[in-house]
Amino acid sequence: MSKHTLSVLVENKPGVLARIAALFSRRGFNIDSLAVGPTEHPEISRMTVVVDVEALPLEQVTKQLNKLVEVLKVVELEPNASVQREILLVKVRADVNSRSHVLETVQLFRAKVVDVASDTLTIEVTGNRDKLSAFLEVLEPFGVKELVQSGMVAIGRGSRSITDRALRSA
Amino acid sequence: MRDVSDAKPAPPPAPSPSQIAEQARAKGPVQVTGAQSLVLSLEAVGVDTVFGIPGGAILPAYDPLLDSTKVRHILVRHEQGAGHAAEGYAAATGKVGVCMATSGPGATNLVTAIADAYMDSVPIVAITGQVSSTAIGTDAFQEADIRGITMPITKHNYLVTNPLDIPRVVAEAFHIASTGRPGPVLVDISKDALQAKTEFSWPPKFDLPGYRPVAKPHTKQIREAARLIAEARKPVLYVGGGVVRGNASQALREFVELTQIPVVTTLMARGAVPDSHPLHLGMPGMHGSVAAVTALQKSDLLITLGARFDDRVTGQLSTFAPEAKVIHADIDPAEISKNRVADVPIVGDVLEVLEELTKAVAADHAEGRTGDYDAWRERAAGWKATFPLGYTTPDGEETVAPQQVIERIGAIAGPESTYVAGVGQHQMWAAQFVQYERPNAWLNSGGLGTMGYAVPAAMGAKVAEPERTVWAIDGDGCFQMTNQELATCVINNIPIKVAVINNSSLGMVRQWQSLFYNQRYSNTDLHTSVGRRVPDFVKLAEAYGCVGLRCERPEDIDATIQKAMEINDVPVVVDFVVHRDAMVWPMVPAGVSNDAIQVAKDTAPQWDREEEQEEQAVIDQLEEEGAQR
Repeated sequence: MSKHTLSVLVENKPGVLARIAALFSRRGFNIDSLAVGPTEHPEISRMTVVVDVEALPLEQVTKQLNKLVEVLKVVELEPNASVQREILLVKVRADVNSRSHVLETVQLFRAKVVDVASDTLTIEVTGNRDKLSAFLEVLEPFGVKELVQSGMVAIGRGSRSITDRALRSA
Repeated sequence: MRDVSDAKPAPPPAPSPSQIAEQARAKGPVQVTGAQSLVLSLEAVGVDTVFGIPGGAILPAYDPLLDSTKVRHILVRHEQGAGHAAEGYAAATGKVGVCMATSGPGATNLVTAIADAYMDSVPIVAITGQVSSTAIGTDAFQEADIRGITMPITKHNYLVTNPLDIPRVVAEAFHIASTGRPGPVLVDISKDALQAKTEFSWPPKFDLPGYRPVAKPHTKQIREAARLIAEARKPVLYVGGGVVRGNASQALREFVELTQIPVVTTLMARGAVPDSHPLHLGMPGMHGSVAAVTALQKSDLLITLGARFDDRVTGQLSTFAPEAKVIHADIDPAEISKNRVADVPIVGDVLEVLEELTKAVAADHAEGRTGDYDAWRERAAGWKATFPLGYTTPDGEETVAPQQVIERIGAIAGPESTYVAGVGQHQMWAAQFVQYERPNAWLNSGGLGTMGYAVPAAMGAKVAEPERTVWAIDGDGCFQMTNQELATCVINNIPIKVAVINNSSLGMVRQWQSLFYNQRYSNTDLHTSVGRRVPDFVKLAEAYGCVGLRCERPEDIDATIQKAMEINDVPVVVDFVVHRDAMVWPMVPAGVSNDAIQVAKDTAPQWDREEEQEEQAVIDQLEEEGAQR
């Protein structure tokens, strides 16, 4: 299995997320991560779906997605031709003894402290999956109390826009 | 004495929907209720028949429906019947079938028929009432999220809570159901939207940027297909239901005449090419003819038209047609290379594909590039002659062979009749032993395999084409699932004919128990003729006001069918009590290669004996030469 990142442009209508999530589940595809949000066009939403599949089933899932009436465009974003980011918020134990070590790590990873309590720091970090897991690994010994992670969002490199093209073909 | 002058004048009769529509055309938008808007929209898209049952949430829609002079509503006895009737109506004519139900259980009862239509690409629109928008999500009385429930089994579906959206949504629903790969569309409308005042104008503007079915095939792919066709030595046309739905039978015939390539027609495509055509080899698949199955297995080129390499056709996929290259034409890109990778994928409407292919091949012929299939055609004809479909009549016993009953119905009712089957043994026999000469003469539940399809679908087909004789060929198991629609048929003068092929058991399951479960007949005895008659189908028919007939002896088959053919004012139910151990042959057991086809229990056909002997002679000679060296 290999991971693929799909950008799915959909009409911004109620129920469309359920429709797409259900399609993945009933065709037996595992969604690794999913992020949904608005685009520069109010009538279009964009989903970034990371799926764990081989090439042939991927072609099938892409075709099945394209069959949905509310799906405007499906594009696979190759890792080396796109910027892929996730965001992680993590609450780490940080008392007087360990605080400076934690802050050092924050600097190293160009992360950001977003909340401070007497015995914890809450840190925000963005990056690709590798960076986030490396960051977590380093924080682990200090004591991770809680974490939350977003789905991946991704955008192609260069000047071309897939939403423009989707609107034009529409 | 009462003073009559005080009596209120009778209210003027409510304007009929068509009168309102007249007004709309003349003056633009008119003020109506959501329910009127729905009925006006249905009239405007050309609906003439709706099958359904009213109930709380859909009630507002049934009031203007009463005034409609264009839409005939047929009150069924179970919503599943409405759904299958809409399917039968659609499958017989190619027009969109319509069914209507209320929220909750009404809607969920449609689910089986919707799933059936989805699997077999039948264009239907299902209209359901929903609880008021303010109550949605509160577990209100008769609330079910039918839009959510039907998402995986519809081509598209809608929940309408704004009455202004009704005309647009209806127009979109009919457009989506009938174009591209046809399929079911569900429109769920909240009760408050039906009751609210709104505006109706027609035609509504709609834009579906994400829905653009490709109809025109790519020229390059057509040329490539023509090249493979010219090069092939053992080509077969693998024809699926898409050819029937796509109205491409005539174009297919022309292509067959031009190329002289043998044809197989799948369960969904029976009649796409006349069975009497010399190049037609029969049906492929689990219960296909030896000629059709063998031709696919030994082919070097499959020209696949509107078929989808279903597991019931391919058997074990990895061993299906192992030497064949594949041209795969389908309107649905997702079908291409789903199961079997296509060498030449062609996305397009099958009619256009066939027209373009015919042109391309004719151009090749003009330049002298003609495929040489003579030897192949001869071999295929040999299989067809050596292994015709057949059955044995039970020896000495006074029992009726089910195949004979079905064969005689086909022969007596003829090719202009419509045949509608349930699911199981009788369905396979009806696919095998009725001779189909035209598309849409054969209606059945292929993909979903819905027992209970026959009676309501036959009803829908008869409503769509009242001048045709419509025979439901049903099993005793299937018949008991939906026979309540006989009441609908009697009351609405829909004189269908039902042949119950009564073997007193769930016959196909029993056949598998006989073959694969050591004759352990777990829960397949229905007691409908052996030992007891529960129920007595003749009495049941009579209770509904149908004519009930029974046939238990081979010598009565023809006379009974003739008698049924003569009764055209009420539905007829014939209880054909048949031999219960009859089996469907040929058969490829599930999950094995089609090479393992059996013509009877433990009997494999001897293909190409001469060819094998020739091959053996060559091998012997080579070995001999090797030994001499």
